[in-house]
Amino acid sequence: MVEMTRVDAVREIAAGYAAQRGPLLPVLHAVQDRFGAIERGDLVAVADVLNLSIADVHGVMTFFHDFRAAPPPTHVVAICRGEACQSVGAERLMADVRADLQEASDVEVHEVFCLGNCALGPSGTVDGRLFGHLTASRVGASLPGRSS
Amino acid sequence: MTRFFVPGDAAAVSVGADEVAAALTGQPGVEVVRTGSRGMLWLEPLVEVDTADGRVGFANVSPGQVGALLADATSVCSREPTASAGPAPEADHPAYLGPLDEHPWMTRQARLTTARLGVVDPADPDDYARHGGWVGLRRALGMAPEAVVEEVVASGLRGRGGAGFPAGVKWRTVAGAPGPLKFVTINADEGDSGTFADRMLMEGDPFALIEGMAITAWAVGASEGYVFIRSEYPHAIATMRRAVETARTGGWLGPDILGSGLAFDVEVRVGAGAYICGEETSMLSTIEGRRGEVRAKPPIPALSGLFGRPTVVNNVLTVAAVPSILADGPEAYAAHGVDRSRGTQVFQLAGNVARGGLVEVDFGITLRDLVEGFGGGTRSGRPVRAVQVGGPLGAYVPADRLDVPLAYEAMADAGFMLGHGGVVVFDDTVDMGRMARFAMEFCAKESCGKCTPCRIGSQRGVETIDRLVAGGTESDRRANLALLQDLCTTMERGSLCAMGGLTPMPVRSALTYFPEDFGLSADGEPR
Repeated sequence: MVEMTRVDAVREIAAGYAAQRGPLLPVLHAVQDRFGAIERGDLVAVADVLNLSIADVHGVMTFFHDFRAAPPPTHVVAICRGEACQSVGAERLMADVRADLQEASDVEVHEVFCLGNCALGPSGTVDGRLFGHLTASRVGASLPGRSS
Repeated sequence: MTRFFVPGDAAAVSVGADEVAAALTGQPGVEVVRTGSRGMLWLEPLVEVDTADGRVGFANVSPGQVGALLADATSVCSREPTASAGPAPEADHPAYLGPLDEHPWMTRQARLTTARLGVVDPADPDDYARHGGWVGLRRALGMAPEAVVEEVVASGLRGRGGAGFPAGVKWRTVAGAPGPLKFVTINADEGDSGTFADRMLMEGDPFALIEGMAITAWAVGASEGYVFIRSEYPHAIATMRRAVETARTGGWLGPDILGSGLAFDVEVRVGAGAYICGEETSMLSTIEGRRGEVRAKPPIPALSGLFGRPTVVNNVLTVAAVPSILADGPEAYAAHGVDRSRGTQVFQLAGNVARGGLVEVDFGITLRDLVEGFGGGTRSGRPVRAVQVGGPLGAYVPADRLDVPLAYEAMADAGFMLGHGGVVVFDDTVDMGRMARFAMEFCAKESCGKCTPCRIGSQRGVETIDRLVAGGTESDRRANLALLQDLCTTMERGSLCAMGGLTPMPVRSALTYFPEDFGLSADGEPR
């Protein structure tokens, strides 16, 4: 069997949702889940299959924080900066984590506003896993193969 | 077999509930049921055990304590509860709580909407039925749709998403709108810091939301429903999707619900990290596959909503309250509460609080009772300085104003906002100048960009607060203060939606009650 090209795979994903009402968000999620990012060629394919303009798809994709044009590094750390987490030291945690990981090219650290874990803050996720009462050392210990 | 109930709720999982469940699973004679959480979040992972005397709880269980837990679980009947909070007296034994239904933190609550949270298996519709589920739907389907709408009107139920619009009145508008296609949409884009009740309900009692949606659909004549859940809630998304599938298989959703002829189905849609999608028109645009920009109203969504059709947009807790209203009658619901704030409010105690979690009580409880009585004061042990009520767009209430009753009218009269019932506690180390700046920063980052007061005003707000706090001459500070107040007024009056319109609320409350944090004198003047 011939291996499917990325464009074909994206077209197939888009076609799978095309009959739904308002399929664009589910399609963009599915493409990013599959490839880790939504690249220019993916946008073009999605626009074509859903009969939208490329500008429309680009406009939607860039509106939402979750969608990215390039894949993330190996590890992603998200620290909550919502008010509830700030009340128990989230700003300090963010500064400490950034300081600990500033040399780490394979880790992305970004802020998030609320993970719905506001009674057990500071909260954050490491590679998608949610932690309450998070500390900088816990972040370090949760990154496989790293020591900090 | 002894049944152990371990929460699968995201908050419990965030402090190790999955590891506890894994350590229990496979032990001889043990059956593990993953429930939601009771909402006593400071005690998570909170494990319950079925005993001859009923279900009893153990607090803050760690995987290493599972051996002791198994031993304790067979002998608890002879023990007195050792603690209501905090670590166990012996490190290897988890603290024994006794029956949670008799725990003072629970007995003081009026759990109507959240009665089954942490009790039932969220994957099992029959367990839901054993705990009172599907009764409201069966009764509603035996009534005329108009009569269902009027019961919800009579209950006094108001939208729990923050705006507090009477749910039955909204339904009446949708029911009366012409057209063959109508939608029921659930706003589960719970982005406000300090709120997590929507998430907990979806994770712990998803069939309540589905039942409420089916009743709503019957009442207004809708055939399709969407639950819009934020992407930050993967546990809730998975639980809701599974529950929708199960409900479809069981005939609670689909082309002929319970043989009534009602055709209604539900789809879960996932957000993509934009706070503004919690605004109803932004949510509708997003479901349609467009940028999540706010739309001007009118037209109101009840008449022209999703894809231009008549649409109910309600919060999770609003619709999840409906089954019990239909099951027990509107009078029973309206008997709770004060003034025009009928029923119960599911408060969420968060931030720097000793006993954080979910508290469902009648409207009218004082903020002090909630923060000090239920919450036990700050987690840090320091004095409470400020409490933000109603999310990032809510006011900062100073410590000397905590006696305000928590109801829509009383809060508004005091210049505050009840909102979604999120309560975030801060101790005396908080810098209110920074929190005011953060309110503007958050608005600048999360504004949809459609209207200028919100998009530009918030950025100018950040800069102006920075200049104000930095000091300068008295005339500089006077000018910056005047500019900030002017900006706030422009945002309040000129913004399209509540984001720009209410961002000034935390800013102005911080200025009013904590002027010293901005370098101002007690009367708000530069000094």
